[in-house]
Amino acid sequence: MSKKYDAGVKEYRDTYWTPDYVPLDTDLLACFKCTGQEGVPKEEVAAAVAAESSTGTWSTVWSELLTDLEFYKGRCYRIEDVPGDKEAFYAFIAYPLDLFEEGSITNVLTSLVGNVFGFKALRHLRLEDIRFPMAFIKTCGGPPNGIQVERDRLNKYGRPLLGCTIKPKLGLSGKNYGRVVYECLRGGLDLTKDDENINSQPFQRWRERFEFVAEAVKLAQQETGEIKGHYLNCTANTPEEMYERAEFAKELDMPIIMHDYITGGFTANTGLANWCRKNGMLLHIHRAMHAVIDRHPKHGIHFRVLAKCLRLSGGDQLHTGTVVGKLEGDRQTTLGYIDNLRESFVPEDRSRGNFFDQDWGSMPGVFAVASGGIHVWHMPALVTIFGDDSCLQFGGGTHGHPWGSAAGAAANRVALEACVKARNEGRDLEKESRDILLGAAKHSPELAIALDTWKEIKFEFDTVDKLDVQ
Amino acid sequence: MPFQSTVGDYQTVATLETFGFLPPMTQDEIYDQIAYIIAQGWSPVIEHVHPTRSMQTYWSYWKLPFFGEKDLSVVVSELEACHRAYPDHHVRIVGYDAYTQSQGVCFVVFEGR
Repeated sequence: MSKKYDAGVKEYRDTYWTPDYVPLDTDLLACFKCTGQEGVPKEEVAAAVAAESSTGTWSTVWSELLTDLEFYKGRCYRIEDVPGDKEAFYAFIAYPLDLFEEGSITNVLTSLVGNVFGFKALRHLRLEDIRFPMAFIKTCGGPPNGIQVERDRLNKYGRPLLGCTIKPKLGLSGKNYGRVVYECLRGGLDLTKDDENINSQPFQRWRERFEFVAEAVKLAQQETGEIKGHYLNCTANTPEEMYERAEFAKELDMPIIMHDYITGGFTANTGLANWCRKNGMLLHIHRAMHAVIDRHPKHGIHFRVLAKCLRLSGGDQLHTGTVVGKLEGDRQTTLGYIDNLRESFVPEDRSRGNFFDQDWGSMPGVFAVASGGIHVWHMPALVTIFGDDSCLQFGGGTHGHPWGSAAGAAANRVALEACVKARNEGRDLEKESRDILLGAAKHSPELAIALDTWKEIKFEFDTVDKLDVQ
Repeated sequence: MPFQSTVGDYQTVATLETFGFLPPMTQDEIYDQIAYIIAQGWSPVIEHVHPTRSMQTYWSYWKLPFFGEKDLSVVVSELEACHRAYPDHHVRIVGYDAYTQSQGVCFVVFEGR
């Protein structure tokens, strides 16, 4: 039955608050943590979020009647209290699949975290989680290779990958930089990494870096008999430049390149992931700028959403924090999103911050990368928390070794293998960490010195963003 | 000289991937790792290759993968039989995971010369 045009301003909740709605399997579901302005009813705030992130605008418009908005509108179907918080509440919103372009994470985010975040009726708004429907997932390319293919390419089995970032972050010439790569790899690391802000600066242009690094990787591979790699950062000022760097990495026969997916943007990332899939190249993903977006407990986007978005946009490895190192991240929350990077099905579990069942179907998994302020003493905890499908990266914990990077690398490799061996023997890594590490150090002077160097370093600050549980 | 004397010289070693940086395992330690493979529900696989070809993706199977083998002593005697048949080859044990089509465990048990 056709409706009549009735100009004016209606309350959002008349149209967008639908507590009886049962979400469809094909709906994209989102959970927002909302903090409204004083005096605005929850239903009105929640409905406003649903409206502004889908079809609505502040006023009734005649052109709405040219279509059937019942088919396209987002709906808030549930409101829940946030445990331990009197102001904030969760709004669950269902979006019909046809609101989004196939395979476009950019489009999903433009809707869900667009204008609505500046909306005056809200004091704060945080996108806590998204349930992507299988129908959408099947339109995304996802990781260009995935965990299993990456293991096969690099010939690394039965343990986490071991890496490190080249330090100092900035200021080395290409040749000096390649030297540090060579030292790390000959010492026993599998992979080394360009730091995120190494792009193509005056002190070291990218082509210079790529050539020297390629020589270092090949040499270390020859001398150790193991497969090695270095994440060549292809993040650039334009997509054209990014692809040119990627092509050159391929020409040099390098196995892996790197991209910064938030500063670079989802469109660039998805494009580069497609290039990697087409060219048999592994893709390591950095997440600079994420803490600006995800750290405030009441405003922004939770990292679990950014992690899910990356798995869909494409990447074979993603930084996830370390739990134990110098950067923010609580254990349960981290476990919650690394499940979403690696598993094919992740059930709803509020104790891990997962608000929805998430079925990933056949989407390949992404390695969780733990990096930032970690050293050998953290190894037992890292192996326990992250398991084998992870990449553990020790920057200062490699180069800071009194004998240099090669010995630092060897110390970490010995510690890693000792932990994996002990775990397989059924030992409790966290309880017996001291015995395991000191035992391994008997056969490795490099490890003994590393243990002595970093024995007192801890980062015991409380996390800023905690799970909402009481 | 006081600074130099505290710094050691790290020499590059040729290694064979996982557990390559640990001292050779004792027999009991090897049994523990095989028991872990079996406990995970993975299939034991024995592979061997001449040391000059250790970087090849494919090493030769010893017989076929031991699909569903739960008896540790069978795996151990097959490992030894493989080593006897190819004394100059590297011999590795793999815990093959058919679900992920990957290897949960893989390390060299006997190093060839």
